[in-house]
Amino acid sequence: MPFSAYIKMALRSITRKKMRSFLTMLGVIIGVASVITLVSITQGTASQIEENIKSLGANLIAVNITGRGPANSLTYEEFQELSSKNPFIDNAAPVSTARLKAVYRGESMDVNITGTNEAYAAIRNLIIARGRFFTTDDVRLRRSVAVIGSTAAEELFGSTNPLGQEIRVKNRIFEVIGVLAPKGNTIGGSEDEIILIPITVACTLTGRSGINQIYMQAGSPEVVQPAIDHLTSELLKKFRGDEDSFRIFDQTQVLETVQQTTGAMSAMLGGIAAISLLVGGIGIMNIMLVSITERTKEIGIRKALGATKQDILLQFLIESIILSGSGGVFGVLSGFAAAYALKSALGISVKFAPPFVILAFSFSLLVGVFFGLYPASRAAGLNPVEALRYE
Amino acid sequence: MATVIELIGVSKVYGKGKNQVPVLDDINLKVDEGEFVAVLGPSGSGKTTLMNILGLIDTPTSGSYIFEGKPVSELKDRELAKIRNRKIGFVFQSFNLIPDLDALENVELPLIYAGVKPAERQTRAAELLDLVGLSDRTRHRPSEMSGGQQQRVAIARALAADPPLILADEPTGNLDSRSGAEVMNILESLNGSGKTVILITHDREIAARAKRKIEIRDGKIVRDERVKD
Repeated sequence: MPFSAYIKMALRSITRKKMRSFLTMLGVIIGVASVITLVSITQGTASQIEENIKSLGANLIAVNITGRGPANSLTYEEFQELSSKNPFIDNAAPVSTARLKAVYRGESMDVNITGTNEAYAAIRNLIIARGRFFTTDDVRLRRSVAVIGSTAAEELFGSTNPLGQEIRVKNRIFEVIGVLAPKGNTIGGSEDEIILIPITVACTLTGRSGINQIYMQAGSPEVVQPAIDHLTSELLKKFRGDEDSFRIFDQTQVLETVQQTTGAMSAMLGGIAAISLLVGGIGIMNIMLVSITERTKEIGIRKALGATKQDILLQFLIESIILSGSGGVFGVLSGFAAAYALKSALGISVKFAPPFVILAFSFSLLVGVFFGLYPASRAAGLNPVEALRYE
Repeated sequence: MATVIELIGVSKVYGKGKNQVPVLDDINLKVDEGEFVAVLGPSGSGKTTLMNILGLIDTPTSGSYIFEGKPVSELKDRELAKIRNRKIGFVFQSFNLIPDLDALENVELPLIYAGVKPAERQTRAAELLDLVGLSDRTRHRPSEMSGGQQQRVAIARALAADPPLILADEPTGNLDSRSGAEVMNILESLNGSGKTVILITHDREIAARAKRKIEIRDGKIVRDERVKD
């Protein structure tokens, strides 16, 4: 018997009872749609987080110094030595942060005063909206200049152009030479509420003023690890073998953690959705069993007319596969629709992962095979005489 | 004349253990090509069981059935299905048409299982419906036809794969006398064109139109006589 004949037969019996077929498919539709929607959302969220991390800068290595006892930070000289001795590092910027009050003509606000050097902007991908960043000379000559974040600029200066204005921090007057473009909130808190000053000035301004964070940029992705190894051994020398005095992060580590987390999330949500797909499969089996009971006599007639067991088996198996497969197609489509609806309604970022779409669809086909096999083989095994007698 | 079917000591018992009901008891029967056999007997005598065994949709409890020289018990499902499809045309008392298919599609059914291509199938089915006088009913469903018309569709279906043997189980049982007569005319002319016809009936008048009469009582053949020839 040609294959197209089985398909024609199956389509006929599916379209004969449209409402029933639709309700049967609905289980699979909901299952597949929820897999697609949930996975699209988690993937979307994951890729957004990844982008955020990547936007921190390429080949970035971050070192947090916690230190031990009185030696809880590095001096500027130690920082210079650390970065110049490391052959894998192209750029390095120290960070010394203090929470201080900045005043402009009676307007004041608490800001993170960050002492750093001229390399900071490049390493952290900072965009200068107006003015300029520090130069090597600003740092070397300890000039009292400041580059301010966009929020700080708004709050302190309002509509006034901050460039060339003077702000006071503690007892020192700084000239604003640049304003940063808004960067948004990141894991490290708002990047827009900061005021950047040369590290050399920061050291004298804050008194204690050690360097508690270093950002470094490796020459290429391949040398990130050697750079970290070099850095580790140098820092271990400095802190006398105390591994807890500092922590080194690089993007790959953070990315891996995020990917692991979102991967687990995808698997979990996908798993929950797969359960509903399974329930849909049971629905298919149930309807197939009902349909076979209803059509017992028809099966008997077909057998008497020369249908083999295989003919009957394939007829019902294909019917069940078409039911679940078209449920899968509609499920994928409505999953897309649901994900897009969520995207436009809630601003959630959505990313369609083709492997998951294929996986969900093939799983729905598999559901059809698996849950159709038992009813179909039951139909195929019917005794023709008994089937013919069935009313 | 070649022997089409041969039953040797065929018995059929329904149920198990103490609830055993013997339906056929040591049936020996030989039917040759081109015969027109009427099987007579009261209800419950085992006629239909005999017919189901002959039609390969039931199996004997003991004894052997030889179809065209081959012992049926040795055949696999695929081979049995092929014989049912190509060698035997079944006509049932209750027509047994598939209600969702129209007349043409019902007649096409055996041809689908025979692997005949759609265009050829349709031509053949239309020819057969024409032969039984239903060329104007091809797109009617069984529920839209009278009993006589349905039975003629069933005969057309039985003839679809051009089988040499026609088994008719009380084909006129559910029909009025005029439709019954029409059906009998068709069966007679089929026999006239060389097909072997075995007909079950409890109506002596109908049986009288056959060339050989076999009478069954309590699962045994009690009479076997050739009427004409």
